[in-house]
Amino acid sequence: MRPFIAGMLLSVVASAAAPACAQNFNASEFALANGLQVVVVTDRRAPVVTQLLYYKVGAADEPPGKGGIAHFLEHLMFKGTERVAPGEFSRTVAKNGGRENAFTGHDYTGYHQTVARDRLELMMRLEADRMTGLKLDPGQVAAERDVVLEERRQTTDNSPGAQFSEQIAAALYLAHPYRLPIIGWEHEIRALDREDAFAFYRRHYAPNNAVLVLAGDIDAAEARPLAEKYYGPIARRDIAPRFRPAEPPQRAPRRVIFEDARVQEPRWMRSYLAPSHRAGATEHAYPLTIVADVLGGGQTALLHRELVVKQKLATSAGAWYSGSGLDFGRFGISVTPAPGVDLAKLEAAIDQVIGDFLAKGAEAAEVQRTQAGALASAIYARDSVTQTARLFGAALVLGHKIADVQEWPERIRAVTLDQVNAAARAVLRPESSVTGTLLPKTKRGPA
Amino acid sequence: MRRLVLIALGLIALALPMPTTAASKIQRVVSPGGIEAWYVRETSIPMLNLEWTIREAGSIRDPLAKEGLAEFHMALLDDGAGELDALAFKHRLEETGIELGFGAGRERAGGTMRTLTARRDEAFSLLGLALARPRFDAGPVEETRARILAAIRREGEDVRGTASRAWFAKAFEGHAYGRNARGTLESIQAIGREDLLKRHGDALGRDRLIIGAVGDVEPAELGRLLDVAFGQLPAKAAPAPAVENTSPKATGVQVIRKSVPQAWAVFGLPGVKRDDPDYYAAYLANYVLGGGGFVSRLYREVREERGLAYSVASYLSPLERVGLHLGAVGTANARFGESLALIRANLERLRDQGLSADELADAKTYITGSFPLGLDSNAKIAGVLIAMQADRLGIDYLDRRNGYFEAVTLDNIRRVVARLYDPAKLFVVVVGEPTGLPGG
Repeated sequence: MRPFIAGMLLSVVASAAAPACAQNFNASEFALANGLQVVVVTDRRAPVVTQLLYYKVGAADEPPGKGGIAHFLEHLMFKGTERVAPGEFSRTVAKNGGRENAFTGHDYTGYHQTVARDRLELMMRLEADRMTGLKLDPGQVAAERDVVLEERRQTTDNSPGAQFSEQIAAALYLAHPYRLPIIGWEHEIRALDREDAFAFYRRHYAPNNAVLVLAGDIDAAEARPLAEKYYGPIARRDIAPRFRPAEPPQRAPRRVIFEDARVQEPRWMRSYLAPSHRAGATEHAYPLTIVADVLGGGQTALLHRELVVKQKLATSAGAWYSGSGLDFGRFGISVTPAPGVDLAKLEAAIDQVIGDFLAKGAEAAEVQRTQAGALASAIYARDSVTQTARLFGAALVLGHKIADVQEWPERIRAVTLDQVNAAARAVLRPESSVTGTLLPKTKRGPA
Repeated sequence: MRRLVLIALGLIALALPMPTTAASKIQRVVSPGGIEAWYVRETSIPMLNLEWTIREAGSIRDPLAKEGLAEFHMALLDDGAGELDALAFKHRLEETGIELGFGAGRERAGGTMRTLTARRDEAFSLLGLALARPRFDAGPVEETRARILAAIRREGEDVRGTASRAWFAKAFEGHAYGRNARGTLESIQAIGREDLLKRHGDALGRDRLIIGAVGDVEPAELGRLLDVAFGQLPAKAAPAPAVENTSPKATGVQVIRKSVPQAWAVFGLPGVKRDDPDYYAAYLANYVLGGGGFVSRLYREVREERGLAYSVASYLSPLERVGLHLGAVGTANARFGESLALIRANLERLRDQGLSADELADAKTYITGSFPLGLDSNAKIAGVLIAMQADRLGIDYLDRRNGYFEAVTLDNIRRVVARLYDPAKLFVVVVGEPTGLPGG
């Protein structure tokens, strides 16, 4: 099956993409006097609630040279406060049968727990407490920095494919901080310290810079007094407006040639700078979701049919669009060449498929098939309460409204063929792209 | 992410609780044709989730020199059936929003389905068509073969997968568990259309079929639909080749040299099978050792106190023919020896001292107290309905589950850990360039 629907949900899971796939959620919102935005999504299937607190700060908001501080602080937020001893946060969650985690993106940082309904109040007390009460022991900070370095090794440096992707992102943006890896470059992580963490914490963690999502067996009438009780007393703080260097006009295609002795299968990737739902030519965002699906959303899509089935130049081919960035979106194509296929020949064939697609436009039937799946994916999205919480949190933390989430299927279905073609032509331009090849390092004899 | 969820190296033990409300709602549905499913009626979302699996249809059934056949075969089941070629079949799914997935595990093979309630007739018909009349056309067969070969060629890039495969290959050398379920470059090349057809006829039988469903249809209606999807499968699968019970044969430390900055180790020793009376005690002991993600002894000592790892965890892996206790850790090459020494020391400490009363109480509180939380979706509940049947736990298991954990005493734990955690039986595979290993 063309993994449009699955991909849609996954993109929500993986990157909290765009206001995606939702309809008929029982959702409402209110704000506290101190500026905290609260979203409540009611689902009474089980006596369980997820609390998810998003801060409007991420890796793209870091001071120069302090790469990785947003993510490092996320780790340190579990190290205790004036009232809660180190390790007690997680012990308390576990003793109450809860599940918890946290994540950092370029635009936001999130903390969440899922607990039985009657334990929610305890979780809210703990989460509110660490919004202002963080306390850090220098020894623990040093150990946790080692943990982050191990995390970087495990998720990035142990994998040539992950390093390759990191290089492509770094080349796609000329000035904007989306070029920086969320976890940070190793040399910058090594230099981060307790003071850096506190400075970042004090600057960005405040009720008026956060969105609280409560999803599950709770409604707004039940949620409001709890939010007032635990988060209400926290004072609003002055938050400096976000400043991120703007991207200059991109005038030249870039190329990343990544050779590594560990690589056993070559790969080909291209990324295009794209608008998002929040920035740039936002009218292209919904159509780009359809462009990605028609061009590369699985085995019924154009790239697969041409490169894998017809020309047999590749073993897999796909495309994706992420429109969730505050400042930019990104459109990507990934192809695995068939054994022995010359990469220049493969690239020429890929460019031919894209060129023909831009010249002739998408087929109406393909666009309609994609749109037909939107309703089902919106209903399926209601199935997981924790994913529902992330869906709303990721949307509202970027300034979207509940309606943007609720109306997603209608907006996908309202996209016209002309809009699909206009979006493709606006975005699939070589001068705002990076093309990368991942190759086995050629073994050379002794000089 | 602060924490990486440990990727399953084998089957993760079923210990996920579900809401009592759902537990008490499990009903047995039997179709007019005699096909049984366990079903939870959930009307709040107009959708239906179905999961099914067939015992002994996994990769253990692969003939010698045809390793990878089970995965290859299952991957082709949405590539055309009846009058619909692969493209037409997939277009039908896209137009209707019906999702079908197929896959093979080590022991079982099966699939998942998700459909809007309104599309249920078409969904069950398409599943029925895929199971009764798969085409195995040359085009999709060769495309799938090429994709699998590419994945095999790429296996060495994946440090964690390499360690896990090597652990099983060495621990179960000569046994079906020791083979690469994905196959080898040679075995995948050796699989022909006749192998796929034969496996399809042999492996999938109603006598080994297990079904779980959650969604918004009347039970009688579900019964009718079960016959549409599964009624044309053979009543009996062909006998599977006998695969003996086994136990891990290797001990010590095996290093696979690879130029990566972080050494990744998979470690394991004999554990308990799911039907072992000591299963619940072993589960609690493992929670304290390395299963309780953020509060376990290994997490605290290896990660929190010393910063030696991002991921360190252990878990029970009860297979049909062997019980295993597995774990994994990733540490920079230069400090890897420290991590391994801590893991050994903790196994010894667990064996010699068992758990404290507080630790056992906390483990019980988590495992029973997280009762309603494990399953936050219909899809996950369907998965538990399958696991309960596969593990032969009984339809009322969820009502009894907490009692099994509550009944475990400190004495039980002491006896079980003394029986299980013999560090001499530990087998470790490390991928990387680790230093500080004993004797090295």
